[in-house]
Amino acid sequence: MTPVFASEVLVAQTIAFGLIAAAMIFAAVRVVTCRNLVHAALWLVTVLAGMAAQYILLAAEFVAVTQVLVYIGAIVVLFLFGIMLTRSQMGLSDRLDNPRQAKLVAGGVAVALLAVLGYALWDGFEDRRFGEISVQTTTQVSDAIFSTYLVPFEVVSVLLLAALIGAIVIARRD
Amino acid sequence: MLVNQFLFLGAILFCIGVYGVLARRNGVLVLMSIELILNSVNINLVAFGTMWHATDASNLSGQVFALFVIAIAAAEVGVGLAIVLMLYRNRRSIDIDDVDLMRG
Repeated sequence: MTPVFASEVLVAQTIAFGLIAAAMIFAAVRVVTCRNLVHAALWLVTVLAGMAAQYILLAAEFVAVTQVLVYIGAIVVLFLFGIMLTRSQMGLSDRLDNPRQAKLVAGGVAVALLAVLGYALWDGFEDRRFGEISVQTTTQVSDAIFSTYLVPFEVVSVLLLAALIGAIVIARRD
Repeated sequence: MLVNQFLFLGAILFCIGVYGVLARRNGVLVLMSIELILNSVNINLVAFGTMWHATDASNLSGQVFALFVIAIAAAEVGVGLAIVLMLYRNRRSIDIDDVDLMRG
């Protein structure tokens, strides 16, 4: 046990983390159990917004803003388009889930995975603290992207272009 | 704040996402569960990034990797939904149980 200094405890942040994390876990469970497609998409928005709040707690402002713009602004809208274009049943539906046995297996796999991950994380980090958290500004992030990570950045650009063309070719009506 | 509280949040969301992928039958819902998984990985990356940034202020790898994952996730959803749309057009259903052409 390393000694804990008062400046490292951050009471307000820890409380905020707890509240947001509880809301996120509840919303995530609703995403995978909800029987209404549109509601599942809207619960997903709650998870994604909570995630952006967690990034702000971690002083990662640029990722937080990107999360809101890309996920909530684009991906969820894409999901809603997908739901509407496939004319899925809008109300409650029993056709969204696999049969009961498959659900039981899925639950078992998830719990086993959580046990393994939890053990590994606790074994690896125990009560390690962040230390002095300083804001990672957008300037620093852009410096890192356009110097150290320039080649991966270009590769991602090409990948996005390829995915864009691929999506158009697949979904084209011909 | 502990590093582990963020890592555990990520682990829990990851497992919920895995449950969703296995338990859901609707194509769009499976894609949503995959988004949950990708997001939970991102929180790990950002948490580690903040941890290293506290010791070495010039190290921003965590955030940069998270941004790359977000970009890949956007590409993945675009192609995934195009496939689901195509599935709907050919079979009038997006149940992934119905896609069993390769079953022996």
